[in-house]
Amino acid sequence: MNARESGVGVARGIWLVLGRELRLGFRRPDQLLQPLMFFLIVTTLFPLALSPLSALLRAMAPGVLWVAALLSSLLSMETLFKADADDGTLEQLALSSQPLGAIVVAKTVAHWLVSGAALVAMSPLVATALAVPPKALPTMLASLALGTLTLSWLGAIGAGLTVGLRRGGVLLSLIVLPLAMPLLIFGASATDRAIGGENPAGALYFLAALCVFTTSLGPLAASAALRITLE
Amino acid sequence: MWRWFHRLASPPHLYRTAGALTPWFAFAAAILIGYGLVDGLAFAPPDYQQGDAFRIIYVHAPSAWLSLFGYTAMAVAGAIALIWRIKVGYAVAAAAAPIGASFTLSALVTGSLWGRPMWGTYWAWDPRLTSELILLFLYFGVISLRKAFEDPGRGDRASALLGIVGVVNVPIVHFSVYWWNSLHQGGTVMRLGKPEMPGSMLWPLLAMLAGFMCFFGAVLCVRVRAEILTRERQSTWVREVVAA
Repeated sequence: MNARESGVGVARGIWLVLGRELRLGFRRPDQLLQPLMFFLIVTTLFPLALSPLSALLRAMAPGVLWVAALLSSLLSMETLFKADADDGTLEQLALSSQPLGAIVVAKTVAHWLVSGAALVAMSPLVATALAVPPKALPTMLASLALGTLTLSWLGAIGAGLTVGLRRGGVLLSLIVLPLAMPLLIFGASATDRAIGGENPAGALYFLAALCVFTTSLGPLAASAALRITLE
Repeated sequence: MWRWFHRLASPPHLYRTAGALTPWFAFAAAILIGYGLVDGLAFAPPDYQQGDAFRIIYVHAPSAWLSLFGYTAMAVAGAIALIWRIKVGYAVAAAAAPIGASFTLSALVTGSLWGRPMWGTYWAWDPRLTSELILLFLYFGVISLRKAFEDPGRGDRASALLGIVGVVNVPIVHFSVYWWNSLHQGGTVMRLGKPEMPGSMLWPLLAMLAGFMCFFGAVLCVRVRAEILTRERQSTWVREVVAA
């Protein structure tokens, strides 16, 4: 049965899956909050472990923010396909008339909205605690928004590849972290430049390019990965 | 030509071809590496800036080149296997991954030994060094993903796909010295026009490069044969080969 016979177009299909994912996300708020708590706690560790001097904090804030964001996104990434794969929903979705790529797009965007966007929204609080000057906050927000979305696509590929595995979490990090390193470099350098009062445009453009690149090819790779692991 | 190529997709045929090729690759590798080592380490003139320490290039540059070549070969074999469903492609990819990872490690170790006298440090967080390190991590990811699945077929396909995704890193490693103002010196051999090296230094390097390629070929042939035997252990032709 193709899309026309089922009466549900691709756009409508994406919309329905997106709505379902968001509803599911908000019905399990603890799962939503845990990565955010993790983000908060990890960033708290650094001033405790190193030094509470605000000059030092400001110097390391971009790195701390980005590493913490990377780790907490990874933590939430494992759940992207897990529940649906365990109860068979994912197989039904894959067998449905909708293209698997569209379903991956809907699930990943929904996941980014409840995890990545929430993390971005919370980051000014953490950044201010790390003595980041207010004038650097817009750049930091933009870089984290682009970065977490890129990371969601990379994570979707990794989660697709490891979804059938019993202990896929560590392997997921091993797969996604090397791919995410360019992201970390440009993201942290954009924030760093903004804090130093320089023009961060170059690094932000690079982040935007990475975001466009992964948004266009990520769904293809992730749906190919899912086809392999669901087979 | 195509006929010959298609026949390689059959495991027993590839097994025999790889077996026939092994001594040729091994012989060529021994001669080329032998010549390169003697000429490069003993007879090539010392560098006017780096003195005798530059001679580590004869191991370092071919290792680094092979680390990228090995990754590309692995990804292409995986892509061929995924697209045309040619199963021996997975065997080739599985056989190539540890060799490429070893060359990556060798490039990192020799580079760090070279960095100590030249830059005054074993390691610098420089774009080329970092991207080569990422390449090593990608190899580890591909290798462990293959082993993580209980169903070997699934592991093969998943790691082939990851290999293809990771190919984006190959041009980053190669062009990192041109794109960023890197501590690492620029390319001296692979460039348009004349290489930036006198012939007395260049010939041993080219010989080492070709020798390393042949060495890669020889080890790949041996490993592919072992992979094929393991994968096809249920078939009659393997029993005949093993019994003989």
